[in-house]
Amino acid sequence: MSGELVDGVVPPSVSNRANVLEVENLRVDFPTDDGLVRAVRGLSYTLAPREVLGIVGESGSGKSVASLAVMGLLPKNARVSGQVRFGDENLLGLSESALARYRGEHIAMIFQDPMTSLNPVYTVGWQIAEAIRAHRNVSQRAALEKAVELLRLVGIPQAADRVHNYPHEFSGGMRQRAVIACAIANDPDVIIADEPTTALDVTVQAQVLESLRIARERTGAAMILITHDLGVVAGQADRVLVMYAGKPVEVGTADDVFYRPRMPYTLGLLGSLPRLDVGGRRRLTPIQGSPPSLINLPPGCPFAPRCPMRQPICQQEEPELRPTDHPGHLAACHFSDSLVGVAPSDLFRPTARDDVLPEDAGDSAAPEVTA
Amino acid sequence: MTLTESASPPANSTNREPILSVRHLVKHFPVRGRGLIRRVVGQVHAVCDVSFDLYPGETLGLVGESGCGKTTTSRVILNLQPPTSGEVRYQGQVISSLSQREMRRLRRDIQIVFQDPYASLDPRMPVNEIIAEPLRIHGMYDSKSGPRQVAELMRTVGLNPEHGNRYPHEFSGGQRQRIGVARALALRPRVLVLDEPVSALDVSIQAGVLNLLQDLQEQFALAYLFVAHDLSVVRHVSNRIAVMYLGRLVEVAETEALFAAPSHPYTQALISAIPIPDPRKERARQRIMLSGDVPSPVDPPSGCRFRTRCPLFATLTDAEQRRCIDEVPALVDRGQGHPVACHYARPVQVL
Repeated sequence: MSGELVDGVVPPSVSNRANVLEVENLRVDFPTDDGLVRAVRGLSYTLAPREVLGIVGESGSGKSVASLAVMGLLPKNARVSGQVRFGDENLLGLSESALARYRGEHIAMIFQDPMTSLNPVYTVGWQIAEAIRAHRNVSQRAALEKAVELLRLVGIPQAADRVHNYPHEFSGGMRQRAVIACAIANDPDVIIADEPTTALDVTVQAQVLESLRIARERTGAAMILITHDLGVVAGQADRVLVMYAGKPVEVGTADDVFYRPRMPYTLGLLGSLPRLDVGGRRRLTPIQGSPPSLINLPPGCPFAPRCPMRQPICQQEEPELRPTDHPGHLAACHFSDSLVGVAPSDLFRPTARDDVLPEDAGDSAAPEVTA
Repeated sequence: MTLTESASPPANSTNREPILSVRHLVKHFPVRGRGLIRRVVGQVHAVCDVSFDLYPGETLGLVGESGCGKTTTSRVILNLQPPTSGEVRYQGQVISSLSQREMRRLRRDIQIVFQDPYASLDPRMPVNEIIAEPLRIHGMYDSKSGPRQVAELMRTVGLNPEHGNRYPHEFSGGQRQRIGVARALALRPRVLVLDEPVSALDVSIQAGVLNLLQDLQEQFALAYLFVAHDLSVVRHVSNRIAVMYLGRLVEVAETEALFAAPSHPYTQALISAIPIPDPRKERARQRIMLSGDVPSPVDPPSGCRFRTRCPLFATLTDAEQRRCIDEVPALVDRGQGHPVACHYARPVQVL
C-alpha cells in the first residue's frame, strides 16, 4: 500500500490505514555447515484491521520462521531481509529497544507451547501484570486487577483466585488462555498465533479457539494464525496463505483456497485429508515424495518433483504468485488455469506407495529451523 | 471394505468369534511419595473395567484424548505391561498371565506399530536388518530365503527394496513409519495394534500410510486395533469405534452409527469439537463447549467420570444428578442400538 506517507507520529497510529501490517519480500537464511538454508524465500502479505490471515504449510515450510522474523525473535545468525511495515516503521531495521516498544503493545505473539512461554517461577497474574506495566504506567495493584479481568475474559474460572496460581497449577488449556490474556493485555493491533492449539486436545482446542475469538473481538486486533491444521484455518481465517518450501504458493479468501484451489499443492493437501464429515471408505490421494531441501534448492517450481501436472517449464522457471480467475486470489503455478473444476482425485493417484528417498529429491525432511 | 448397515447391532459380532477379547481390564499405576522409602500414596487409574472384542479382519478404532488410557490399554493387550486385573484373550486363550517365553510365541500373531517413527527404529541398523530382526528372533530367517522375504516386505509396504541397505535417517517420516509396519508384518501377524501410527506425520504423507494400512488389511486379512486421538482419521479407517474417557469406555458403535447418532455427551462434544476443513460448514457449526479440563486420573470423580464436565449433567434435576454421582453408568445398549455408558443417553445430531 502507500507506505510513503509522512506523518511523523511515533509510534504511528494505524487505525486509519488500510493495513495494520505489511510484509514485503521477507527472506530468512540460516548459514549452516552444509550450506545456506533458505528458510523463507520471499514472503509478502498484508493484514487488514480485524482480519484473520491463516498461514498454513507442513513442517519445514517456513511458516514459523517467517513469523519469528516479523517479531524480530530469530537467533543472531539468521540473515533477514525485506520489509515488515507496521505503520510507517520498518520493524526489520529496528534496534532491540525500539522493537520492545512494538512487541506486546502493538504486535503480540502466542506460541505453541504455553509451558515454555510462561515463566514457571512467577504467578500467572504477576506475568500478566508485568506485560501491562512494561507499556503502561500503572500501579501493581491496578495491573493485577486488569489481569483478573483479562483472565475472566479468556474464560478462566475463579479468575480472582487463579491469578495467584503458578503456571504449573494450570492445565495446558488454561495456560494457553493465560498466554492469550498476556497477549491482549495491551490491546495490540496484531496478534500472531503460532500453532496456538497444536499441543492441546480437541475439546480444549475448541475452548482456546473460543478464547482467541473473544480476545480478538474485545481488542479489535487482526490476527495471523499459523497452523498445519486445515480444519482450524477453515473455521477461523478470513484469508488463507499456503506456504511451500519457504514461499507462498497460494493466497486467497478461505473460500477461494478451500473450494477453488489453483495450486496443485493445495489441491493435494485437501485430497490427503480424512474428513470427519464424510463417511464410507473414501480413498485418500496423498502427495508423493517429500518437500525439497532448503539447501541448494534446484531451479524451477519447488513442488515440481511431486507435482502430477509438471511440464518441462516447471523445472526451469519458478512461477511467481499471479492473479487467478478470482480477484484477490493468487497462485504460484504455471498452469493454475487448468485447475478450474479439478478435484484432488482427478490429479493425484490414490496410491499407497512411497518409494523415493528424500535424498534423491534433495536431502529433505530437514527439521524446522527455529531458535 | 464392507459397510455394515448403520443402526442395527453389529452384524459381524454376533456370529463370529472375536480374535481378541478384553474383559474388565484394569490397570493402575502406583504413585509414590517423595523421600527415602517412597511409599505408595495413590494410584493412577489409567484403565478401568474396559471390555471389548476385536473381530478378524476388522478395524476397531480406540479414540480418546491424551491421558484417557488408550495407549496403556494397547500396551496391556500386548502384555508389555501386566494388567492390575481383568484378562485379555487371544483366540480364546488368556494371554495376560502368560510367561515371557509363552508370550513370545504369541507375539508372532499380535504385533504393534508405534507412534514415533523417529524413536522406534534403531538408527544404527540398516533397514534390511530392522525388518529381518523379528524373523531372526523367532528363528524364521534363513540366509537363502531371508533377504528375498525382506525385499518382498519392503515392496509390500510401498518402499523400494533397493533401499534396504540404507539407514533410517535417510528415509522420510512416512517411509520410516512404513519400515515399522514392514517389521510388524514380518511374522505374518493376525492382529496389528497401531498406536497413533500417523499422528507424527504431515497430512500429505499421512494419507499414503493410511492407504497402505487399508491395502494391507485387505491383503492379509489383518485385524487392527487403531489407537488414535484424531477422530477424523479414526472415522476414515475404522469399522467400529470405541470412545474412551478417563480410563473408561463411554460408547462403542459401528462407525456410521456413531456419527449418525452419537449418544454419550462426551462423544457428542468430541465430534463437535473437531474442525472440518470446509469453511462454510465450519462457520455454520454449533460447538458443544466443554467446561474445564479432564480431572486427574489419580482421583477420578465418583460415579460417571464425565459428570464434572458434562453439559447434560448441568441440565438434570438434583435427583437425576445424584445417580450420575453415585452410580457408575454401565456400558450397555439403552435403546440406541449400541452400548453407551450414560444413564441419560440420548442420540444427538452433531455433524
